[in-house]
Amino acid sequence: MLTGPTRRIRNPRRQSSQPAGDVFQAVADPTRRALLDLLAEGEEPVNSLAERFAMSRPAISQHLAILLRTRLVRARRVGRERRYRLQPQPLEEIYDWVGLYERFWTAKLGALGEHLRKNS
Amino acid sequence: MKRDLRFEVIYPNRMEDVWHALTDSGALASWLMENDFKPLPGHRFHFRSKSRFGFERLIPCEVLVVDEPRVLSWNWGDEGSVVTFRLVAIPEGTRLTLEHTGLKGVRGIALAWILSHGWVHKIEPKLPAVLANRGFGTDAL
Repeated sequence: MLTGPTRRIRNPRRQSSQPAGDVFQAVADPTRRALLDLLAEGEEPVNSLAERFAMSRPAISQHLAILLRTRLVRARRVGRERRYRLQPQPLEEIYDWVGLYERFWTAKLGALGEHLRKNS
Repeated sequence: MKRDLRFEVIYPNRMEDVWHALTDSGALASWLMENDFKPLPGHRFHFRSKSRFGFERLIPCEVLVVDEPRVLSWNWGDEGSVVTFRLVAIPEGTRLTLEHTGLKGVRGIALAWILSHGWVHKIEPKLPAVLANRGFGTDAL
């Protein structure tokens, strides 16, 4: 599951060359998860986001750029500032994957019940 | 961070019968997947599944714990996750708990995050729908 490009996420310079939109990658980083948690509470400009992290504003912008590429956040311009907000729809991909395991084991445990009914 | 899937089922069967269904290769084949399982710690085996497109997939596993008739666990697949069954005798029959833990890599992290965040459920109603869909199984992962 972890491919070569997946591991390169730690090097921000390489990120711009990545294809857009791996939602698993996007939430694999703790800073980006914290950003999403903050944005879940409402729209925020980049400055107020950056204030909450021990990180430079460009570093935060870099993370936001990745979230924008996956469409997990959307930006809009209000006056001189850009405000970011959460767009949760891409998270469906994670649900689908969780759901795959959920459905798999639920179906198998049902089949186990059926097997026990016939054989006990 | 939570990174586990957990299921609990009560079967109206005796614990020994449930244990047999979990540890007998033929029984496992009938409800789970074709396999060369043996209830011996350290035994390496495979589950064989077919995708809906007919491709065969081998899931390499290794038996970790065989504590008859209470606990059975095995390593599951290349992801290094662990599947654990626990049985408890109750008046109605047997309570089985299944845990699939240690899902690794970016997917495991994403899963942990999803499972540990109440706000995700508030914003996005799809997960409860997924849970409600339990029972629509798939043979292939």
